[in-house]
Amino acid sequence: MSNSYDFIIIGCGITGSSIALELSKYEAKVLILESSNDVSMGTTKANSGIIHGGYDPKPGTLMARLNVEGSKLTKELAGILNFHYNQVGSLVVGSTESDHKIINELFTNGTTSKIPGLKLLKTKKEVHDLEPNLNPNFDYALFAPTAAVVAPWEECLAFAQTAVGNGAEIKLNAKVTSIKKEGDQYVVTASDEKYCGTNVINCAGTQADIVYKLALGKDSDKSFEIIPCKGEYYLLDKNQGNLVSHVIFQTPSAVGKGVLVAPTIHNNLIVGPNADYEVCSRNDTSTVQKNIEYVAQSAVRSVPGINFRENIRNFSGVRATLKDYDDFLIAESEYLPNFYNFAGIKSPGLSCGPAFGKELIRIMGNKFTFKANSSFKYYPLPIYFKELSDEEKVAAIKLDNRFGRVVCRCESITEGEIVRAMHSIIPGRTVDGIKRRTNAGMGRCQGGFCGPKVFDLIKKEFDLDAEDILFDRNGSNIVMAKTKGEK
Amino acid sequence: MIEHELVIIGGGPAGLSAAYGAYENGVRDILIIERDARLGGILNQCIHNGFGLHKFKEELTGPEYAQRYIDLVNQTNVKIKSDTMVLDLSKDKVLHCISAKDGYETIKAKAIILAMGCRERTRGAITIPGDRCAGIFTAGAAQKYCNIDGYLVGKKVVILGSGDIGLIMARRMVLEGATVAADVELCPYSNGLNRNVVQCLNDFDIPLYLSHTVTDIVADENDGRVQKVIISEVDENKKPIPGTEREIECDTLLLSVGLIPENELSQNAEIEIDPRTKGPIVYDNLETSVEGIFACGNVLQVHDLVDFVSMEAERAGKNVSEYLKNGEVNSTLIKVENKEQVGYTVPQYIRKDSTDEDAVQISFRVRSPMKNKRIVVEANGSELASFPRLNLAPAEMENIKISRDKLKDVDVIDISIKEMQK
Repeated sequence: MSNSYDFIIIGCGITGSSIALELSKYEAKVLILESSNDVSMGTTKANSGIIHGGYDPKPGTLMARLNVEGSKLTKELAGILNFHYNQVGSLVVGSTESDHKIINELFTNGTTSKIPGLKLLKTKKEVHDLEPNLNPNFDYALFAPTAAVVAPWEECLAFAQTAVGNGAEIKLNAKVTSIKKEGDQYVVTASDEKYCGTNVINCAGTQADIVYKLALGKDSDKSFEIIPCKGEYYLLDKNQGNLVSHVIFQTPSAVGKGVLVAPTIHNNLIVGPNADYEVCSRNDTSTVQKNIEYVAQSAVRSVPGINFRENIRNFSGVRATLKDYDDFLIAESEYLPNFYNFAGIKSPGLSCGPAFGKELIRIMGNKFTFKANSSFKYYPLPIYFKELSDEEKVAAIKLDNRFGRVVCRCESITEGEIVRAMHSIIPGRTVDGIKRRTNAGMGRCQGGFCGPKVFDLIKKEFDLDAEDILFDRNGSNIVMAKTKGEK
Repeated sequence: MIEHELVIIGGGPAGLSAAYGAYENGVRDILIIERDARLGGILNQCIHNGFGLHKFKEELTGPEYAQRYIDLVNQTNVKIKSDTMVLDLSKDKVLHCISAKDGYETIKAKAIILAMGCRERTRGAITIPGDRCAGIFTAGAAQKYCNIDGYLVGKKVVILGSGDIGLIMARRMVLEGATVAADVELCPYSNGLNRNVVQCLNDFDIPLYLSHTVTDIVADENDGRVQKVIISEVDENKKPIPGTEREIECDTLLLSVGLIPENELSQNAEIEIDPRTKGPIVYDNLETSVEGIFACGNVLQVHDLVDFVSMEAERAGKNVSEYLKNGEVNSTLIKVENKEQVGYTVPQYIRKDSTDEDAVQISFRVRSPMKNKRIVVEANGSELASFPRLNLAPAEMENIKISRDKLKDVDVIDISIKEMQK
């Protein structure tokens, strides 16, 4: 069969892309199947964007181990692959006796998990010297210097394009509808195409149990269950971004980890999330009035001065939590040999990022002959024009004068960058796809000015009909008709 | 480094009028920097008529109005750099800009006029919950798709907000073949000009739901495009009243929920911003807190009519010419305070000893619609001036002039709205 692979990875979020990247370092034929029209379209694009210190999960769990490993690797790879990463550090802040006790427990957890640099701040002064805009009541904190913020979609894209650059194949709009075992191969059907694979890696996030059940067939009752849990956020203008300089967590309680306040990688302020198990389905990324109100009310308990009038966007993401199991489920299926599940990848999944690929290699042991791919290289993301030095800017415009034309005025993103993103290894073909690759439209006007310009560039570069141009996912067409005939 | 006497940032109505005003008053080394490929700014997409009644005593379309000023400027030696973006501005009046044509440049100016205009408030700014799908546009973006690019963004439309762009777009969408199911307004009154409510909604039988807002957006099953919105009535605190929800099927939601002056460059130059206007704090000559940098048009305060933008900008141009001739005016200050029913004032300070203009012009907006009132200027409890008004509305900017003679002995003046005298 021509469509035959050593590995078929289902899902191209942070988990799938991490595994694809790691496998592309070896001589292996790899296929990535992604049901959406772009990579990073699920939980990966809608979360807090935090690389956690790693003190939260119980020592000894997969979450604890992979978080510590992943946070170190993420930092290394950010330097190589140019995804935005800023090691801002984090604080868990508290004021009551019970807060102190919980923070001490987190410190002990973290020390057991060998997290470098953890420190307890035991006075109001120490806490407020670091973060003057915090609620004055906080008198105790756990400081984790290794915590960082990233642009998760950039990280995922950099991983995926490195895999593809090294020979992995990626099929977008490829929703898996059937998985059948035939001999020692799996036949995976996605969007009416059949693909044959020796190993299947299930990285389907919120859909992981659905995918697993397809493979289990009549034994589908043996699958784990994913319980979707929605988290909602505010993203505020850059003029609020310097209210805090670390990721600020409230002391976790029985109700959950609480709402965080943090500067983002682009110097905005992010506030959220709540945890909503009630109304949400697997694909429900709506925001709900009572939830966002809850988020705002909780956040001002940590940072009273947040001005929510400076909000530029609300969004939500769905966590893939496992029913009755509070850890990642990463293992070969007990029932299906060579079928590997990476399930329940909720927080701190993003923090583990690159460690998922490493973990697959470890658990496979000698079940596959991992022979190094001698021609492997990294395919870094391009550097934003605005981050170049003045001399580099001059040179870039000389080489291609489209770098001299600013399309997104809020973020100063040029036409050159936008066109480059349309011709990258995994091209951006939608307005939001371009946004994730270039940051155009990410700013305070939210694409009001640059949206129509990006639309126009997509139309020209891909020679598309205006009515076919998408805002983001399939079905999100932007315009409905021409008013004055063809332009 | 390139040097110019006067650099104007923005080639829309404010920038063009400011250039004309400065040239008419003797400034001969003027550069306009415009980020778009052509001059005219947002007027280019405002293809409806109604512009110019005050300034030219005729009804012009937006592009026609812009062309009047482009023609005036073209008769001068004012230099234009279009398709050029100012990336940074410092308080010593150095500009960093880039363009496809000239690459990366730094320009030093003796004086600067800020004329960058404003941007639209977005869904995020007012936190509308619901699905995050295609089909939600600010009215101005929809106007660009429609009038410049030739695309209809939707076929069944709901409009949130009754600002002028929203009203104009309601009519435009109907003229282009769409249905407008409703215009929904949070306030108990329209936030647009009365003539626009009549000509754009009433004449087209588009219902206006006052004291209502959009409380949910529901997408189709693929989460691709808007399928319907839920609107609710709001109470006197503008909070939705449970039980008043109603569904309106539509494929598009246009937002006309306010404009914000674009002052990111001003803030780079450490210019003080008024939180009420979100524009620079200015003296009566329209100079900002940074010497030699002036502001006019929608970057200073959001105007209702472009005619008033031009008048303000021409004044800024004239006052810059005075500054270039005579330098900074050293003077004690009079603080202008907004009191009862007055939302803000421009200017915020008056230089007592300035000789630039015989009368001081003050503009502002009121907080709610009123009839038969007086605009009152007071100092130390006594009235300095009073201006009767039959109608006052937040949608309309008010303008008053006070003679400098009346301001000789005061340090603070209060502007308020009061009852007519019996």
